[in-house]
Formats: sequence, C-alpha cells, structure tokens
Amino acid sequence: MKTFKIIVLVILVAFVGIQFVPTERNQSNVVPATDFLIVNAVSTAIKTKLQVSCYDCHSNNTKYPWYIKVQPTAWFLENHVNDGKSELNFNEWDLLSNRRKASKLRSIIKQIESGEMPLDSYTLMHSAAKFSKSEKQDVLQFMTQVKDSL
Amino acid sequence: MITVLELAEVYQFDFNQRLIIKQIAMRNLKVTIGILAITFLALTAMSCKEAKKEHNNEDGHHTEMGVEENHSEMNHNESEGQHAGEKNEVAMSEAQDGNSELVLKDYFSLKDALVADDNAQAKSLAETLVKSLKGLDVSKFTEAQKTELKDIVEDAVEHAEHISESPIAHQREHFKILSKDVTDMVAITGTANTLYEQFCPMYDKGSAWLSMSKEVRNPYYGSSMLKCGKVQQEIN
Repeated sequence: MKTFKIIVLVILVAFVGIQFVPTERNQSNVVPATDFLIVNAVSTAIKTKLQVSCYDCHSNNTKYPWYIKVQPTAWFLENHVNDGKSELNFNEWDLLSNRRKASKLRSIIKQIESGEMPLDSYTLMHSAAKFSKSEKQDVLQFMTQVKDSL
Repeated sequence: MITVLELAEVYQFDFNQRLIIKQIAMRNLKVTIGILAITFLALTAMSCKEAKKEHNNEDGHHTEMGVEENHSEMNHNESEGQHAGEKNEVAMSEAQDGNSELVLKDYFSLKDALVADDNAQAKSLAETLVKSLKGLDVSKFTEAQKTELKDIVEDAVEHAEHISESPIAHQREHFKILSKDVTDMVAITGTANTLYEQFCPMYDKGSAWLSMSKEVRNPYYGSSMLKCGKVQQEIN
C-alpha cells in the first residue's frame, strides 16, 4: 500500500514537473505570397477544406487545440508539425520548381486517395478535417488539374 | 510515518524501540524524497535531451548514414557480383565519386533489388544512391544545366530517401518518379553505356524505368509479373 502511494506520488510529481518544460509553437500571422492558395486559383470550398484538413501540419501556422497546454501532448504535436512541414509546406509552395511541385502533387494525390492523409490520429480529434466522398473527389480533381497545368 | 509512531505509543514501546522506529521512518522519508528528486531530474534531463536531439537531428542522421554505408557498400558489392555482366564492368570502371555513372550504377542496383522483391536490400541501396546523388559534381556544366541538375538531384534525393524507409509498395511508387529524374539526368550528363528505357503500361497508368540490358525485368511488379513491359527507347 505504501509503495503504491509512493508510485502514485512520483507519477503525479512527474506529471506536474513536465508541464514546466517549454515547447515551441508553430504560429505566424503572415501568409507569404508563395502560398499554395495564393498562387493557384482555388474555389472557396476547396480552400477552406485544405486549410481545415492540411494547414495545421503543412503550413507555418497551426491552430492549436486546448490540450496543447497539457504535456506530454505538446511534444507529440510538435513532432508531428515538424515532420509535416519538412515533407510539405503549403506556405512555401511557389519556391518549388515545377519538377518538385509535380512530385509533391503526386504524393498529395496518392495520400489523400489512399486515405493516408489526413492522419487518423489527427482526424480522431479534428472530425471536421475528414474528407467526405465528394470532398475527396473535388480535392483530387483539383490537385490533378494543378499538376497537369504545370 | 506518523501513524507508525503513534502505533508505537499505543503499544507503549520503550524509548529505545521508538527511537529505532523513528530512525526507520526518517530513512523511509529520505528514500521517498530521493526517489522524487531523481525522477524529476531524470524527466527534466530527458526532455532537454529530446530538444537537443531535434537540433542535432541532421548531424545524427549523417553519422547514421555513415555507419549504414559500409553495410550497404557490402551488399552492393555482393549484388554487383551476382549481376556482373560485361556492361556492368564497363559502368564500374567509369563510376567514380561525383560522376553521373556512379549515380546510374547505384540506381541500377536499386532497380535490381526491386526486381528481386527485396525490400530490405532496396532500403540500404537507396541510402547508397542518396549519397552518390548528393555527391554529383555539376561544375563542368553550363549554368542552365547546373540549375536543372541541382533540381533533379534534390527531387531524386527525396524519393531515394523515401525508398530507404518505406515498405515495398511505397518504394515502387517513389521509384517511378526517381526513374524519371534519373532519365532526365542522363539526358544532360550522357553516359558511356547503352541504356534501355523500358515501359510497363500496367503499373500506375504506365511507368518507365532504365536498364542496362535489353531484356525486360520489371521492378514495379517483381516476380509477380517479371517480364511485363517493353523496350521503349534506346539511349546511346
């Protein structure tokens, strides 16, 4: 019983302790002129969909949920955002050459098509990020069109 | 701990016994505080380390690659031994650091691993290819060609990196685009050997790849459709 109390106490102290570890936030008010939604003519519906479903991890600005304040969630999210941005950053779209754009678009299309993106761990907490059948079709059609016009 | 002391009083332990119990209780308290302190320190240290790791990620990656390299180099030689035809030997004599022939040699080894459905081998060979791509010397080309080559290399490196960490279905998807990059590279750098651009109409609405031999060995399907495809073009 005593050991149990000690263990609970240790876990509690550790939990409180990690709340003080600083984390970095991915936030910016500036949308650069190289943004995917600026350089491409995008319909409002698709624009909103991409912002809701993709931009949290694939741009310089993440809309954080309330539980970002509770560790260790912040660490987990920080890793996700960093990984996402290094693969694809919609804010920096126009810095890419046509070859690179075509490559990225191929991956975007493949991963949305197969349901790999948005990640299940993301849609679990962000149900609005899920693609309905028609949304998926529209976005895929749009991405294909962008790719073919390169 | 207090309850232990109280208990002692209730049972009217003599002074000596109470002192011993008190000492034990004190020791327990110290141990508890010690454990707490260590846990706290360990957690703090761990999170700091994690942050550091993020920063050092690139360096870490490099050393990791360095270690892996020897390994893949070995595999490389093995597969070279198996496939050593006349043409491969020609390619090998041309293949030096910074040379496009080295990129081609590593590309063909990777292709052979995909033909053999060998996921692990393809992973390590893709790492070797990343290295030879990054080492490609573009200094002797015109400015326009340099820009184009750098672009090709950047794209190809990304796909090779994905191949080095993916299951085989993904590897083949990336190999398709990698093949296009390498074909575009050869269009600029040229090559001493005759290459065959082969084409499989079935994989992903039609996909091409390069080979040293006229005979079709399909890297997109491997053993399940080894001979699907045809020679589309002869280079050189």
